[in-house]
Parts: sequence; C-alpha cells; structure tokens
Amino acid sequence: MTDPTGTTAVADPALPLFDPEHDQLRASARAFVAREITPHVESWEREEDFPRELFRRVGDAGFLGLKFDAEVGGSGPDLLAQAVWIEELAGCLSGGVAADLGASVDLAALYLDGAGTSDQRRRWLPPLLAGERIGALAITEPGAGSDVAGLTTRARRDGDGWRLDGTKVFITNGAWCDDVVVAAKVAVEDGAPASDPHAQITLFVVRADDPGVSRRRLPMLGWRTSHTGELVFDGVELADDRRLGELGSGFAHITRAFAWERLAMSLGAVAAAERTLELGIAYARDREAFGRPIARFQVWRHRFADLHTRIRTGRALTYRALRLVVAQAEGGEVDQVQVVRTVAMAKLLTQRLAFDVADECLQVHGGAGYMMEYPVQRAWRDARLGPIGGGTDEIMRQLIAKTLGM
Amino acid sequence: VRTSPFTAEHDQLRDAIRRFVTQELAPHARAWETEGAFADWVFPRLGELGYLGLTVPGAYGGQDGDYWATVVLAEELPRSGSGSVAMAIGVQTDMATPPILRFGTEAQKRRYLVPAVRGTKVAAIGISEPDAGSDVRAIRTRARRDGDGWVIDGSKTYITNGARADFVTMVVRTADPDPTDPWGGLSLFLVDSDLPGFEVAGVLDKVGMRASDTALLHLHGVRVPDHALLGTLHEGFRQIMWQLQGERLFAAIGGVAGARLTWERTLGYTRDREAFGRTVASFQVTKHTLVDLATDIEATQALVYEACDAWNRGVYATDLVAMCKLAAAQLSFRVADTALQLHGGHGYSREADIERTWRDARLARIGGGADEVQREIIARLIGL
Repeated sequence: MTDPTGTTAVADPALPLFDPEHDQLRASARAFVAREITPHVESWEREEDFPRELFRRVGDAGFLGLKFDAEVGGSGPDLLAQAVWIEELAGCLSGGVAADLGASVDLAALYLDGAGTSDQRRRWLPPLLAGERIGALAITEPGAGSDVAGLTTRARRDGDGWRLDGTKVFITNGAWCDDVVVAAKVAVEDGAPASDPHAQITLFVVRADDPGVSRRRLPMLGWRTSHTGELVFDGVELADDRRLGELGSGFAHITRAFAWERLAMSLGAVAAAERTLELGIAYARDREAFGRPIARFQVWRHRFADLHTRIRTGRALTYRALRLVVAQAEGGEVDQVQVVRTVAMAKLLTQRLAFDVADECLQVHGGAGYMMEYPVQRAWRDARLGPIGGGTDEIMRQLIAKTLGM
Repeated sequence: VRTSPFTAEHDQLRDAIRRFVTQELAPHARAWETEGAFADWVFPRLGELGYLGLTVPGAYGGQDGDYWATVVLAEELPRSGSGSVAMAIGVQTDMATPPILRFGTEAQKRRYLVPAVRGTKVAAIGISEPDAGSDVRAIRTRARRDGDGWVIDGSKTYITNGARADFVTMVVRTADPDPTDPWGGLSLFLVDSDLPGFEVAGVLDKVGMRASDTALLHLHGVRVPDHALLGTLHEGFRQIMWQLQGERLFAAIGGVAGARLTWERTLGYTRDREAFGRTVASFQVTKHTLVDLATDIEATQALVYEACDAWNRGVYATDLVAMCKLAAAQLSFRVADTALQLHGGHGYSREADIERTWRDARLARIGGGADEVQREIIARLIGL
C-alpha cells in the first residue's frame, strides 16, 4: 500500500518473526503442495484415502524434518520453518491429508524427540522424518480424552519388560501407522513414583506389527482422507527400551507437547480459513443474483470484511503464541504460564473462527454449498473437528481460566 | 525472537504516565462527568510533563520518541476512568496536530505545534458537518479566495475539544466537486477560534463522553490569512485520509487497553460478589464468559500491535488500520456490555463506574469512521 501523501520510510520491524529464508521456504512449500497434493485432493477425498507414498515424497522434499536436528535426520531445529510448512500444507484444504502428515511429525516424532534417549531418537526418528514410516500418538480412550488422568490403558511389569493392555480411539494415523507413542498407566508397585494418577502416566513406543496389536479405521464426519482409527492392545509385550522417558514422566511430556500441537492446529486453522474465504469470495464474484454478482451486495461485502478481519486477528494471536514458543525454545526468558495461556487462547479462537468462516462461505454458495462437488462443504466438515480435537473449546476455557487465576 | 516491542525506557514512561493518570486525573473523573467538562489545567499539566509531544521532534518541544511511546500513552489513559479526557488528549496529540508536523510550514509548526505540545494551545480536528460525517467528500464548508487570504463559511459538528479549542485543523472545500477528480477540491486549514465570525454554537448533550466539550461550530465569513492553508491546496482529502490512520490506530490502542481494564475490574467484582452462597466468579459460566473476552482482548491487541509496528516503520497499512479500528471498537463495547451484565444491578447503578464505561465505549463504534465505514474500507481493499 502506498502512502498517498508522499514517501514512506521503512525501517526494520520492531518485532521481526520470519526471516527471508522462511519466505523462500514458503514459496517452495506452496509450490510443492500445489503440485503434489492439491490436484489430487478431490479424488483422494472421494476414495477416502491417499497413498502412503505421499509421506515419502514430502520427506524427500525435506518438509518432515524442519524442526528436528540433523543427527536424527532433520534440517533444523527451526520451529518457524515448521510453522511455514503447516500453514502451506493447510492450504491444500484436505484436513485429513494435513492431519495424517502432521500427526507423524508434530505428534509422534515430537514426543520421540522430546522424551527419547539419544539411542531411541536415532533409531526411530530418521525413518519418520524420511517418510518411510508413519507415526501416531495415542492418548485418548473411549472413557478419557481431555481428562488425561482418567486413562485406563495399563503397562504391567513382565520380567525385564512390559505387558500393555488397553484401547485407544480417535488416533490420527492409527489405522495405518507403523509406530505409535502410547500413554499408559504404570502402578506404584511396578515403579511409578506416586499413586497420583498423573504420576503414573508413562509413554511407550508400540510398533503396529507387535503381536497383540489390532486396529480398525473409524469413519468420520470430516477429515475423510485421514486414517484415524482405534487401536487395541491385548497383552502386547514390550522390551524396556520401548519405554519413552522416565516412569511417570508421561504427563509432563504430554503437557509440554500440547503447546506445539495446539499451536500447529492454530496455524493450520488460520491458513485453511484464509483459503476457504478465498473460495467463498471467488464464488460470490462469479455467481449472479438479481442481475449482479453476489459479491456486489453490500451485506456480503461487509460479512466478508468481518471474516477477513477475524482471520487477521486470529493470525495475529497465533503469531503472538508462536513468538512465545519460539522464544522459549531459544532459551529466552519467557513466562511458562503466559505460553500455555496464549497458545490455548490461539487454539480456542482460531478453531471456532475456521468453522465460522467455512459456515459463512457455505452460506454464500447457496444450494451449491450443500453439494458434494464443491469443496466448501469439505472445508466446513473438516473445520468442525477443530473445536473438539487437541482439547475441546470447553477444556481450553477451563485451562485459560486457571492460568488467569480463576 | 523478541516477545515485546517495549524497551526499558518505554516501561519507565508507562510507570510515570500511570502514576500521573491514576493520581492526578482519575480522582476527578466522576466530578468532571457531572459538570460536563474536565478542568482547564489538564492540558498545561500534560504539556509540562511532556506527554503531549512524545513523538514530536525535540526542535518543537517534543520527546523524540518512537510510536511505541504513543502506544504507552494511549494504553494508560483509560486508567483516568474518563473516556472524555482520553479522547480529548488523543485529539490533541494524535489527530489534530500530526498533520501540522507532517504537512506544515516551519512558521505553522512554531505557531501551532509548539504551543500544542506545551499544552498552552488546545487543538481540535474539524471534519464532520451536519450533513457530512464519514462521507468526507460531501463536505460543504467552503473557503473562498479573498485578496491574499480566504473567507470560510459553513458548519462543523461533533467537534471534540470544540468549545475550548484555540485552533481547529479543518477540512474545507476549496473547489467545487469535480466528477473527474472525486478526491480533489478539499484543503486543510488551521483556523484560530478567536477570529471574528467563529462561533461555538453549542456544546452537545451526549449519551456518553459527557466531560468532553463536543461542539457545534459555525463559521460566518471567517477571514483567514493565506498561511492558514495547511499542506497543499486541494489535497486535503488525501491529507486527512493519512491523518485518519493515526486517529483510528490511537483509538484502537486505547479501546483494547480500556477493555482490558474493564475486564480486570469485572473479574475483581465477581470475586467479591456472592450469589447462592458462592462468589459469582466461581460459577463456570462466569469463568468461560470472562475467558472468551480475555481471548478476544489478547487477539485484538496482537492485531493492533501489528498495525502499530507498521505505523512505527512508516508503512501505510490502511487495511490493517481499518481492521484494528473495527475489531477494537466492537471489542470495547462487547466487553463493557458483558461487564455491565456481570455487575448485575450494581452495574446499572450510577454509583458504579461501569455504566459510564458502557456509555463511553459505545462511541468507539461511531466516531473516527463508523463500523460500517471500516467494513467498506476493508471490503474495498480485499477487492470487493
């Protein structure tokens, strides 16, 4: 935008976030998504599937290892680069594809990296970051989701190792993953540091071909390309080197990883909302009613202006949260409560935002919005998961209330 | 990466302004509202403390600060408890005088900016007319050539500081509307209020902002010298559009800060107040209501700070400023209304301050370009 009154002096921004290298990465990520993913989305969605091969292609292009060290096969750690990739991937407008690719890296690999020993990291991370194997994270159960302390999956001492029993549901990649990080409870007599349920939670790595693992895919309202599933562990025997982190350390790892998961969801929701709004505006420009394009009606111009403003506001909050998370990772002095609160606020605001944007854009499509042949219905269905997954809106509000001293 | 735009100097400035606002302004807020005007000592006192020229160059008596110093000022003023005083100061520092610094001659800066920074001259900005508000092109107040000067006729209304102003930075028509140049034909003038024919026709009775002397002005053949023209002849529209960016941003910053203050006070009230044997704050619905508002406040502030950063760097981001203005205005009133609700009967009582906050906040959605005007701007800038 040019100043109508004369020249503008542009100095360094007071709060720079992305570097020029990130801008380059964004351009190449956008080109990759436009070439390798977006053209196939319609048929993948129809088939409710996409090729495993895609993990390999994304890995080969270097987009799975952005936030990991070179020693485990990554090119970072660069959280901002990962943020750029998440935003660009979300632009493909297939929530399921983005979720599966994201679950392997932003969930499974994140836990392995954060909780694993040097050996474990070097063993398990390189194939995930290369896209040769697919990862998943299993916390939620039929009887316990956001209430992590209520988990019932148990790991019992069995000789030198462990025996795992329990059921996990709504696990992204659960139906086709190779490796899954599982949260289970370990009793005090088996070595947990205390009987408090949080102090019993311990992480384990299960391989899908371990005897005693069974699974099924769960059909869903949205995210139809996602291989979300149920996993049943029936006396799965695990050597002790499958234990991730200290006994009873699982809750701390989950809490720490939640920040990134929620931030990733926020980044994705804002990018998807932007793309969805473009769809809505494009349709409104094209479609005529009463002799003029719908986009020319003042009511729609104002509604689009409101949505655009909300998206920009959501992005500003998300970037504020990203900034805090990056500053913390860089070792800066950052208030941990502020990080948790800001990330939770970003998650709360952006997930509802993305759904509201999709709903308005479905509305502007009129009858076409209700038809499966238009992508807006998919954006709408996919966005509805946002206020549920990664901690529901209600859980976010409880958490934020606590951080505000309420 | 940095997580805050503020330096230690800004923090010191904030402490000092907060002390001044809470100790010297806030105790009078209620009385000023009742009296319908704030005291005359406010502007000179602010000038003495240096708060009227935070970003003005030292050569004109200012503090040479960056825009984040203005952000500090705008954020602390709501603690006065008087939207009227905050608005009056904003008009002086960030609405009526920046065009002088930017477009004015050296003589104009000496004559108007320096005393405005000192607080010895009060400034107003004159855009709206009885028949033209957000639609600046409909302005009819007219300046006609008269020898080596100009003669101005017309009316300006809803003019903040209008009764006490020593001069008005005024948008005036200098040429008939020309369909081939819809943005031309308007010019800015610096009009002294003591000139013959300058009439303060009335101080307007308002639903809120009651300590502000918002006035209707009539100009009956007011003769001004040629050097009263500010900037370029017929370029007034573009100049005032630039001015409006700073005005809207200042309002947005204050709106968010005021909303945060109201939120904090409401949390405090709900913690003290009991109902059904427990504090109102302990009800889950109260918590979630307050969390949603806190989230909106945090998000809007993040958006506003992006615009402040742009403005500080000299980037002219009309779209971003319009979004900030819209979002902050809506937020201010939404927070004030929910706060009133959570205060219950006490909130409706004039013994509490919340009803005043609620009335004052409502103006944000009208003044400086109504919500609808901001949406028009945003829609146009996203290509609709």
